[in-house]
Amino acid sequence: MSTSFRSASHTSRSGFVERTLVDINHTLEQSLFAERIARGPGLLQELDPRLKILSALLILLAVGLSRSLLVILALYFLALVLAFFSKIPLAFFVKRVWLLIPFFTGVIALPALFITPGAVLVHLPLGLVITKTGLTTALFLLLRVGTSVSLAVLLVLTTPWNSVLKALSVLRLPAVIILILGMTYRYIHLLLHLTNDMFLSRKSRLLRRMNGPEQRRLIAATSGTLLNKSLQVSSEVYLAMQSRGFRNYPRTLDTFKMRTIDWLAGTLVAVTAAAAIWLGK
Amino acid sequence: MSQIKTVFRLLTRATPRSLLLYYGILAVWLVTSAMHIPDGYLSPVTSIIMFIIVLPFWGIGVRKLREKMNSRNVPLIALVAAFSFIIMMFNVTLPGGTTAHAVGGALAAIILGPEIATMAISIALVIQAFFFGDGGILALGANCFNMAVVLPYVSFAIYQAISKNQPANSKRRIVGAALGGWTGLTVAAFFAGFEFGIQPLLFHTANGTPLYAPYPLSVSIPAMVLAHSLFASPVEALVTVLVVAYLQRTNQSALEFGKRPEISAELSGFAKWRAVWTGLAVMIVLVPLGLLAPGTAWGEWGAQELTSRGLAFVPQGMAKLSGLWSAPMSGYDLPALKNANIGYILSGIVGTIVIGIVVWLFTMLVTARKPDPSKSEPN
Repeated sequence: MSTSFRSASHTSRSGFVERTLVDINHTLEQSLFAERIARGPGLLQELDPRLKILSALLILLAVGLSRSLLVILALYFLALVLAFFSKIPLAFFVKRVWLLIPFFTGVIALPALFITPGAVLVHLPLGLVITKTGLTTALFLLLRVGTSVSLAVLLVLTTPWNSVLKALSVLRLPAVIILILGMTYRYIHLLLHLTNDMFLSRKSRLLRRMNGPEQRRLIAATSGTLLNKSLQVSSEVYLAMQSRGFRNYPRTLDTFKMRTIDWLAGTLVAVTAAAAIWLGK
Repeated sequence: MSQIKTVFRLLTRATPRSLLLYYGILAVWLVTSAMHIPDGYLSPVTSIIMFIIVLPFWGIGVRKLREKMNSRNVPLIALVAAFSFIIMMFNVTLPGGTTAHAVGGALAAIILGPEIATMAISIALVIQAFFFGDGGILALGANCFNMAVVLPYVSFAIYQAISKNQPANSKRRIVGAALGGWTGLTVAAFFAGFEFGIQPLLFHTANGTPLYAPYPLSVSIPAMVLAHSLFASPVEALVTVLVVAYLQRTNQSALEFGKRPEISAELSGFAKWRAVWTGLAVMIVLVPLGLLAPGTAWGEWGAQELTSRGLAFVPQGMAKLSGLWSAPMSGYDLPALKNANIGYILSGIVGTIVIGIVVWLFTMLVTARKPDPSKSEPN
């Protein structure tokens, strides 16, 4: 399910350097794309980020608690509708979630089809049978995972990362943690670019694929350099923070304001989630 | 071609259970490249319990950050979290052409100590869950427990046990890093398997259809532990060793963990009670010995046992009271497991964790600090 797995499947014939390069570029691309949609116009983009985080959690909870497949399916369609009105390309939204799910959850759910004891639904050749309970279990797993991932993707695609971070304070996350989250995100990009440069420079001097020991040396050198660089940058950042007057505790500007439309949306979400939890009991 | 046929015949003739195990291992191997549990595998109840279990570890980290005047740690954690995020992208090729990647938890623990490593890896996991959809949002508690608590603490304990007081360039550091990384991730995998495995026991519909992860403990734990000990754990060990060896050549000060004042001060809490912790750990490891001992603990006989031990009558009050309280894990057994021994060990694990949390909460209450001074500071 990780980005690594997804892209590895496209480039299974290439070497370690290429695969990692593809991964890095994929991640950078993904975060750029998300920011672009999040800053564009759309239904969910208009709403208060704090409200969106709480709503996402509430609906995720409803998906998790539901004992009815129909309710989960309905919540998935709700996500689709919201994605449509938020100007997220639907094909992309569906593909991003369902293309990778078969690779991990599908493989896990598959044997459950045949193994779970219960009334026989379909007889297959080779003496295998699909049981009703098996099918239900597999569907539960697939739908739940798919819907949950869709909701998370929806949240991130419609909210700029900085707003997500600031809004996390409604979850009573300490301000230090939010500060660290923000810095981490920023330095992930710096380190990604650094790594990209290191691998590209290596690749441009390669004439053939590297063998095992060479790869391991490259991994050691790259991760070691990266770690040294991280430690070094961290003390530079510390000095920079000090010189700008950082006094052990961060302060954030809370510029969010709940408007009528936010309260309205919040009420709708609360009613939907309550209905889903009640119906799914 | 004939090979494929043999394998196929082997598979189809196989009992459902072995077929399941095969698929389980295959599946887990695929997931192994990232041990991130997505939402939907664990029930919300389990997810919430996992959050409660991780909370103390986050509490330790945040409190340390606040009380030691250590703003140096803020960028340090951020950078190590970013580093761990990148490390999770390095696909290391394994013999046989498969790839796996490390979490970097063991490495973070060696360089920063387990408390800070917990913070760093948790941060990386939060960003992955929210931003990249790797790992569920509700499942964050479970993911952080496995990868940001179990992994760094276990690896660090082993690394310290092997290489304590050794110079930074000692070979024992390498051995400690390897064993620590391998064991840490394997133990983390065990816990993940445990979390998966209790789902079908506890959460199913009236007719027994599992609602979340469908495989019982007898499948999920072996599958997770086996797959990890063969693929992901060696990679974690390899990356840890390679980087430790690299640091030995280029930047030994990064390995001088104890000599960095701002970090070593934080270790003192654990170090002071080292003997107690070690004793506790030994006791926990010895717990399965209880399975070998026949009989009941002396003086803890139930009403029935009293009569069988020759007592002519059971005191009336006791007979009345004995039915009053029935523990959720009566007799240290989970009836749903259908295996008293596993139930016994699980009860032990659950009990230790619960007691640990209670003790921690109590200590927090007793040693409650004055409110954060920086908040009352004039703006």
